[in-house]
Amino acid sequence: MTERSYEKFFRQNRLPHLWCPGCGNGIAMKAIVQAIEKKSGWTQDNTIIVSGIGCSSRASGYMDFDTLHTAHGRAIPFATGIKLAKPELNVVVITGDGDCTAIGGNHFIHGCRRNIDLTVILFNNNIYGMTGGQASPMTPLGKKATTAPYGSIDRPFDACKLAEAAGATYVARSTAFHVQHLTKIIEDALDNKGFSFIEALVQCPTAYGRRNKIGEPAKMMAWMRDNAVMKNAWDKLPDEKKIGEKFPIGLFYKAETETYDEAYHHVMEIAGGASK
Amino acid sequence: MKSEFNLKLDRCKGCGICVAFCPKQVLELDTLGKIFVAHPEKCIACGQCELRCPDYAIFVDKVKEEAKK
Repeated sequence: MTERSYEKFFRQNRLPHLWCPGCGNGIAMKAIVQAIEKKSGWTQDNTIIVSGIGCSSRASGYMDFDTLHTAHGRAIPFATGIKLAKPELNVVVITGDGDCTAIGGNHFIHGCRRNIDLTVILFNNNIYGMTGGQASPMTPLGKKATTAPYGSIDRPFDACKLAEAAGATYVARSTAFHVQHLTKIIEDALDNKGFSFIEALVQCPTAYGRRNKIGEPAKMMAWMRDNAVMKNAWDKLPDEKKIGEKFPIGLFYKAETETYDEAYHHVMEIAGGASK
Repeated sequence: MKSEFNLKLDRCKGCGICVAFCPKQVLELDTLGKIFVAHPEKCIACGQCELRCPDYAIFVDKVKEEAKK
């Protein structure tokens, strides 16, 4: 058998990764490298992976690009710095639900607002996995966590709606079960000039699944298969059928507007400052 | 059409995702909890196991009969 071509994008001496057995982060990470592989002109030298802190953000350590593992919640500010200093680089941000919507929530909405040319992929495992299963802002209502032993009473964020409202120009969602779909939307997001946001729903069998008695990893993925509804079908679904745990996946929003690095470059030209 | 497996057992953590999503029940976990191709003759090389393996431990290729010697 021939070695898979995407294997060159992994740091082989770092594998196997330390994510728990059945963790969906590995599936999402593979989707990202496969999407990058399909982009002509995207090489290991001109692509930067930036991540924050958390299970999801470990991904930058396994991917053989120029990578940056930054402070908790601060992946988008670091990525902004890279993009402004070197606009020709392709910058991909990997973040988690706690990283992006809790401690990094402010950076997230302002990244969207400025429409910086980044691709942000949020691995949503519904919980803080690395620190022992505390409830995150994306833990669904009623689900248990170490900080919510009787079920979470905090209404969760819909990160896609948040990104769209804040001004992101590409907003989509997929799951670890729908690997090919996930790869496809990441590819589209990489093409988008501007702030692209993707929520990749991944299973966390250890901290989330076990505590909520959902069972083994495959059952969590079967749940995604059974409850995810494609956007087109979701729009036609009457309200009385949008019940239980059903949720839409697919492309939610796409727009074109001036990106932050273009606007910033324009300012530099007017000011007669920095040369190219 | 036959299939050829390549297992990277040092990567396998025995999560059972490939076992669960195999439409032909080709795969099983062995006594050490690692992946094991129990019924290779039933495999249709659909690649569902490889697609969803979170640890990149299983790879399946289609092999044409005449090419196999």
